[in-house]
Amino acid sequence: MWRRAFPWVIASAALLYALVPYFTNDVQLRESLLLAAVYIILASNLNLVIGYAGYVNFGNIVFFGLGGYICLYLVNDLQWPMILAALTGAAGVSALALLFGLGILRLRGAFFALATIGVNAAIQQLVTNFEPWGGATGIYLAIDAYEPLGGPMQALWTTYLLIVGLMAASLLASYAIRNSKFGLGLIAIGENENAAAVLGVPTPLYKALIYSASAFLPAMVGGLYFFKSGIIEPGGAFSLRTSIETIVMVMLGGSGTIIGPALGAFLYEELRGYLLTAEAFSHFQLVIAGAFLLMIVMFVPGGLLGFVHRRWPRTRRWLE
Amino acid sequence: MVGILASVIDGVLVGSVYGLAAMGMTLIWGVMNVFNLAHGPIIMLGMFVLYLVATAFGLPPYAAIPATIIFGFFFGVVLYWIAVHRMIGRPELMSLLSTFAVNMILIGLGTALWTTSPYNVAVEMPGVTWQGYTFTGTHIVAAALAAVIAGLLYLLLYRTRIGKAIRAVANNREAAELSGIPTTQVLSFAFGLGVALAGVSGTLIATLFPFTVLSGEIYQLKSFVVTVLGGLGNPAGALMGGIALGLVEGLATPFMPVSWIPIVEFGLFVLCLIAFPRGIFFALKR
Repeated sequence: MWRRAFPWVIASAALLYALVPYFTNDVQLRESLLLAAVYIILASNLNLVIGYAGYVNFGNIVFFGLGGYICLYLVNDLQWPMILAALTGAAGVSALALLFGLGILRLRGAFFALATIGVNAAIQQLVTNFEPWGGATGIYLAIDAYEPLGGPMQALWTTYLLIVGLMAASLLASYAIRNSKFGLGLIAIGENENAAAVLGVPTPLYKALIYSASAFLPAMVGGLYFFKSGIIEPGGAFSLRTSIETIVMVMLGGSGTIIGPALGAFLYEELRGYLLTAEAFSHFQLVIAGAFLLMIVMFVPGGLLGFVHRRWPRTRRWLE
Repeated sequence: MVGILASVIDGVLVGSVYGLAAMGMTLIWGVMNVFNLAHGPIIMLGMFVLYLVATAFGLPPYAAIPATIIFGFFFGVVLYWIAVHRMIGRPELMSLLSTFAVNMILIGLGTALWTTSPYNVAVEMPGVTWQGYTFTGTHIVAAALAAVIAGLLYLLLYRTRIGKAIRAVANNREAAELSGIPTTQVLSFAFGLGVALAGVSGTLIATLFPFTVLSGEIYQLKSFVVTVLGGLGNPAGALMGGIALGLVEGLATPFMPVSWIPIVEFGLFVLCLIAFPRGIFFALKR
């Protein structure tokens, strides 16, 4: 896969992304980029399910939240090292997703979309009532949890670099899957599931696998992100709104492409940051975001990259 | 024992209002295969119609109901032309996203207008006391009104020409078009009807409980549960599903902490989707 230019572009872009705030030592820039990187990871993993396999997962945020909870619990109550805890969380959530996927992926179209909303709501309620995880108030990380990483200041830089690493991993995984037999099978499922099954694509297995795979990195970044914040509570961890905003990002950039969702996530996050801070718009941030989404859905359903591809067909070859 | 029975009866009374909300959602799904994700904010707008009518204009609270139905219908028709019409016949994701965009816009406007602090409209209605348990008057009136509105919807769908057209379009849009039914008008009419039902259920809910701009979301999720219980696209099933959900809530309340009830609801929802995607009543009928 390293023979083509595209993976190198991703890797060098990620390197730049990581190094610019590090060398300028700009904390504000780092925080803004960190949030964007989190959304890029969520969006590009969601794209595996929406853009490739054509299944709308409305409750994708459940991976992020659950991964965060498992990681914080392991770090705070069992004193595990953070990276091991985040990895365990990711593996656990991914396994759970595989189990669940085999059940709910029997549903198609809107039924599947509804079921994912139900799963997210059920898990949010379950966590709200789960006392070892702090119930409705959530988990507050003790300040000395950052000691193994060299104190809070150094820990923030470490998590930032790790999150950027995961962002690069997400994009490379998107690329690798897209160019594999597995990815071809998924895209066939997205085009026409019955036809794909007739042609010998093991559809139930592929769907469950991609659902599970799309859970791993979001769960891990959930662990890192909530470790960085030092607090997790059910409302923030399982917010249906964030979940659907992630779909907006995927659509904005162009679903089914590789850098489209990342581009969409970055632009959406920057736009929201601007709207929230601009005096005139802060009250109407949701209204503007909503109007924006409506426009995309109505006039440019292919997203940014879809538009570019249609306008300049030659870009298809190197802009994936 | 009597306590449990009283709790169940109260659950059924509230459940019939949930049923009304879900009827709006299931009607739209049944006719045009669109999941209206703006359902919650529309319920919220219905709540604020009650607030405006009762508090700002000082009219009797139940005067809000015809107001919501009329306003809701026209609002729904406008919404259809803005956000839904272009999505008909395209992948489901598109209409899910466009109605969710409307959801965001309405919540944003609502928050700017009324903030997210709670509102309460006190409705005076004498209750009924039985064996030492008092059933709140507003709950009884709300259930009765929900039943009346559901009955009117039935009459509209099965005894009028436009109702026949709606059912024809729901069955097969191309065939209806070929038979000379103006399907686009019928679709916008049905969407208006669904929105009016959602709005009026919001008005009724607001007579029972305090509400905020964000309350609609909770009832939207409940409507999902009810719709799936009753079978998608089946208004009578939605009413029964609502009553079933109320029954479950009423039955569960004496036995577990209130915060556990949503887990039961959503667990039931996911199980029901997997096991009986066409609704439990359909499954029982076979």
